[in-house]
Amino acid sequence: MPVCRVPLLIGCDSVGIPLRSIRLIFFRPKLITIMGWVMIPLNRALLGGVVLLTLNSVQAQTSANIYLQGGAQPGALACVACHGADGMGLAPAGFPRLAGISADYLSKQLHDFQSGKRVSPVMQPLAKALTDDEIALVTQAITAMPAPPVPPINRSSMPEGVGETLALRGAWDRQIPECVSCHGPGGAGVGSAFPPLANQPALYLVAQLNAWRDGSRKNDPNDLMGHIAKAMSEDEVKAVAEYFSTVGHKEVAP
Amino acid sequence: MKSMMPACALSMLLSPVALAATIAMDDQSQIKIPPVSGHGPEYFQPPLESELPDNAYGKMVKDGYALFVDTKRQAPQFVGNGLNCTNCHLDQGRMANSAPLWGAYPMYPAYRKKNDKVNTFAERLQGCFQFSMNGGTPPAADSREITALSVYAYWLSTKAPVGVELPGRGYPDVAQPTGGYDLARGAAVYKDQCAICHGDNGQGQKVGADYVMPPLWGKESYNWGAGMHRINTAASFIKHNMPLGKANSLSDEQAWDVAAYINTHERPQDPRLVEGSVEKTRLKYHANDGVNAYGQTLNGVLIGVGTQ
Repeated sequence: MPVCRVPLLIGCDSVGIPLRSIRLIFFRPKLITIMGWVMIPLNRALLGGVVLLTLNSVQAQTSANIYLQGGAQPGALACVACHGADGMGLAPAGFPRLAGISADYLSKQLHDFQSGKRVSPVMQPLAKALTDDEIALVTQAITAMPAPPVPPINRSSMPEGVGETLALRGAWDRQIPECVSCHGPGGAGVGSAFPPLANQPALYLVAQLNAWRDGSRKNDPNDLMGHIAKAMSEDEVKAVAEYFSTVGHKEVAP
Repeated sequence: MKSMMPACALSMLLSPVALAATIAMDDQSQIKIPPVSGHGPEYFQPPLESELPDNAYGKMVKDGYALFVDTKRQAPQFVGNGLNCTNCHLDQGRMANSAPLWGAYPMYPAYRKKNDKVNTFAERLQGCFQFSMNGGTPPAADSREITALSVYAYWLSTKAPVGVELPGRGYPDVAQPTGGYDLARGAAVYKDQCAICHGDNGQGQKVGADYVMPPLWGKESYNWGAGMHRINTAASFIKHNMPLGKANSLSDEQAWDVAAYINTHERPQDPRLVEGSVEKTRLKYHANDGVNAYGQTLNGVLIGVGTQ
């Protein structure tokens, strides 16, 4: 029986799961929660295809193929399965958007998953199965994927609601800067250290902010995000995540 | 600019550079403020945005606010670099120890040695445009820009006493460490704490055409006539405001070291340049203006020649 080193969506991040059991789990229709993340089964046909491709070791060393087909080593699953063909992630599952994100930022995250500096039961084993060359190739492919347009809503706009107020005004009585001061107008992302917030699934943003708040995520430079997240309230976390998850769609509404 | 870089790098290897001592100035060019410890004092509380009236006055306040936080885009003809007012006045000009507008507005008109006359608040704002924003001829005193910014500052000062030095005004003085400052240590602080936002060469960071993190030196930053070019002023700003969201996390020595590192880099020329001479300009405007590097020679390179 072929052995599949597939962490995938079901959270079985230990290796050596028989393929049959993978199939069984795939066909379970219910939601599974892992570490506060809601995991849902994805398109079964697509996943089945990905698994088969991985098992058959169809590996071409081009950057696009790593995204679509995975890396050469077992367990280096295709990104497309969770992050989507357009790199926009899967909002209901909290899988983040990757398209257009700085290659340096993505590379740092993958290396941090490898070393354990960033914790994720799904991503850690997967990142460990990638070689440095594969990380360089795949992050270049991802950064080249078109990012969705972000309206340049900056600090001169008048905010409405808790989320937008935090984004555009901060809460300086608690030393919380405006989100857009570092993440750019509309949360578009700035350089290689400040990732885009715009069009990230609210679930993902909430999960990350909470991970910083409880100290389980701490791979940011100089604790820049950690100390801010720790000063935020639960309501602010939800509101600001909601704001940035839809900021790209707001202006097209009539 | 480029030719300055190796010289600056070289200077970091050498011993601390002792420059002019702080000069006491009883005027509004350099505000003398006693140091504050931590966040103890109760500061003046400016009104809330939600309290703004829905009328022409409220609309003008909002216009001034927009100019204050988005200056480069809202008043491009008067901004010759990549800065916005709020880069040096955090929290929209509201925050104590970040030169809040409510600490400044009620102190004008005031004498300023900088131009040796009594200045109105409008003239003070024009000075910001001319020096900090490197904007050439500033907007007229009755222009839309100066009016809206004045209205915004007035509104933030609602119920503040007139002519009273409020706690939290300006950037509270951070005394120069007894050992002076050191450019090599400053370079290290910059690399560890500042470069992630402001870039390895102080160039800031943009999204599209707009700066998100302001440039700290070079042609897109404040010019040699701006108050921030003083090492003592920059050290006080940095200590109380930087890194963003981590105020007071640097030691006094680190703040001075990194301020000196930043302010020994080249930037746009002082618009008051006297007869094309850095030395004449130094004697007239910089020799008596706190601790600054303008017109000094560092490792054989003259500082203050300006960027193109």
